[in-house]
Amino acid sequence: MNQTVNLWPLLGVAVIILGFALRAHPVLVVIAACAVTGFAAAMDVEHLLAVLGAAFIKTRNLPLILLLPLAAIGLLERYGLKEHAQASIARIKSATTGRLLIVYLAIREISAAFGLTSIGGHPNMVRPLIAPMAEGAAENRYPALTDPLRHRIRAMSAATDNVGLFFGEDVFVAFGAIVLMQTILRGEGIEVDPLHIAMWGIPTAVTAFIIHSWRLHRLDAHIARAMMNSAKGGQA
Amino acid sequence: MISGSLIKLDFFYLVLGAMLLMIAVMALRDPHNPKRYSSALFWALYAVVYLAGDWLSPVAAGALMVVMALIAGFGGVTLGRYGERSPEQRRDSAQRLGHKLLIPALIIPITTMIGSTLLKDVKFDGLFLLDPKNTTLVSLGCGSLFAVATACWLTRATPLQAMRESRRLVDHLGWAVVLPHMLAVLGLLFTEAGMGKAVAHVVTSYINMDVKLVAVAVYCIGMALFTIIMGNGFAAFPVIAGGVGIPVLVGVYHANPAVMAAIGMFSAYCGTLMTPMAANFNIVPAALLELPDKNAVVKIQVATALPILLANIALLYFLLNM
Repeated sequence: MNQTVNLWPLLGVAVIILGFALRAHPVLVVIAACAVTGFAAAMDVEHLLAVLGAAFIKTRNLPLILLLPLAAIGLLERYGLKEHAQASIARIKSATTGRLLIVYLAIREISAAFGLTSIGGHPNMVRPLIAPMAEGAAENRYPALTDPLRHRIRAMSAATDNVGLFFGEDVFVAFGAIVLMQTILRGEGIEVDPLHIAMWGIPTAVTAFIIHSWRLHRLDAHIARAMMNSAKGGQA
Repeated sequence: MISGSLIKLDFFYLVLGAMLLMIAVMALRDPHNPKRYSSALFWALYAVVYLAGDWLSPVAAGALMVVMALIAGFGGVTLGRYGERSPEQRRDSAQRLGHKLLIPALIIPITTMIGSTLLKDVKFDGLFLLDPKNTTLVSLGCGSLFAVATACWLTRATPLQAMRESRRLVDHLGWAVVLPHMLAVLGLLFTEAGMGKAVAHVVTSYINMDVKLVAVAVYCIGMALFTIIMGNGFAAFPVIAGGVGIPVLVGVYHANPAVMAAIGMFSAYCGTLMTPMAANFNIVPAALLELPDKNAVVKIQVATALPILLANIALLYFLLNM
C-alpha cells in the first residue's frame, strides 16, 4: 500500500466547503473548485478548459428532465392548476399535510420500487400538484398560515419526493444502480445475483419509509403548535 | 450510426436549444429586465451548447461554460416581466376547466412510463422507435410535447404563450438551472483528478478497522461523506466499495457482497439527501418552490437522512454474514 497518492485534488473539496461556508455564489464556488482541482492535478489552462468543455457537452442530457416539462406546467399554472389542486384537497375533510405527504411517499416509493421512477418528480409533480395540495391542506385548517410554515411544508414536499424515489428505486432489479453495483463487484472478481442486491435493499427501504412517515406525522403537530402560538401572539 | 432509432435524444437537444434561444430573444426584448443584455447573452450561450454542441471544440465549450458561470455568478441573470394573470382570473379558469387541467400534467409521467416500459423494445424496419440508450429521457421529451399540445388545445392558448410561460419559470429558476449541470462537470473533473484514490487513501490510512462495528460504520459513513463531496452516489460507490467494502468487509469479515452493496448504496443516498452538491434534487426544488433559503430542502432532509444512516449501520452490522 506504499504507492504515492496525490492528495492535492482534495483542495477542490476544501474550496467547496469554504465557498458554501462563506455563502459565496454557488456557481462561482463550482468554477473556483474546477480551477483549483485542475491545477492541483497539474493540468494547464488549455487542458483544463478542454476537460471541462468535454464534460459540459457530455452531461447536457441532465437539464432535459427539468426543462422540457416547464412549458406545459407553466401554461397550466396560468390557467389555475395550483388553485384547482388546492380547491380539490379542500373538499377532503380528513386531509392533513402530513397524511397527504405520507400517501404520496408510499405511492412514490412503491412505484419507484416497480421501476416506475417517472411517476413523481419536482418539475412535473411537486411544484404543480403535491406542494400546493400539502399547503392547501394546512390552509384549510389554518387560514392564516404563516410564511415560515408554508416554506417548511414546501421543503418537506420536495424532501418526500426525494426520499420516496431514492429508497424505492434500488429495490427494483432493472434499475441502473443495481446494474452498476453488479458491474463494479464483477470487476473486483465477485459474482452477485442482482436479485439478491435488490432483496437486501428492502430492510432499508422499509426503515426509510417508517422514519420519514413519522417525521411527516410530526409535521402536522408542528403546524398545529406553531399556529396556536401565533394565534396567542396575535391576541396579546 | 451505430444504433438506429426514429426518435433520438439529439432531437430534444434541438428542441431545448430552440426553447433557450427563444428565451434569450424574449429577454433581450423585455425592457423591464434590468440586465437584459447579460441575461439574453447567458441564455443564448446555453442555447449554443444544445444547438451546436456536437460541433463545438472541447476548449471552446469549456470557455463557454466559464463565461456562463461568470455572468451568472456576478448577478447578470435577472428577472423580467411576464404578464401574469391575477389570482382571480386563475381561480375562474380553474373552476371552468376543473379536473381537465390535470390531464396535460399527467400526460408527462404516463407517457414516460409507457415509453420506458412498454415501447422500449418496439422496432420499425429494424429501427428502434425510441433511442434505446435514453428511453426514459426520450419518452419524457415526447410526453412534454404531447402535454404542451394538449394544454394549448384545452386552454385555447397559443404555443407562443407556452413559450412565455416556460420563460417565466426558467427565469425564476435562474442560475439554479445550470448549477446541476456544472456540478456534474465538477464531479467528472474530480474523478479525472484522482479524487477517489485520495479519499480512499485518507479513509483507510487513519482509522483502525480491527473492530467489526468500526469497519461497518466507516464504510457506511464513508459512502455518505463521499457522496456529500461528489453530490452523486454513483461516484461514491466504486471508491468506497473498492477502498473499504471489498478489502475489509468482504476480505476480512467475510461479508455477503449483496448485503454490502445494497446497504452501501443506500448509505450513499443518505449523503445525497444532505448535500447542496446534489443540486437537481436539493437546490433546484428549492428554486422551483420559490423558497427564500436555497438550502431549505437539504436542511429539512438531514433529520431523515441521519437516522436512516444509523439504521443502515445497524442493519449492515447484523446482516453482514447472511
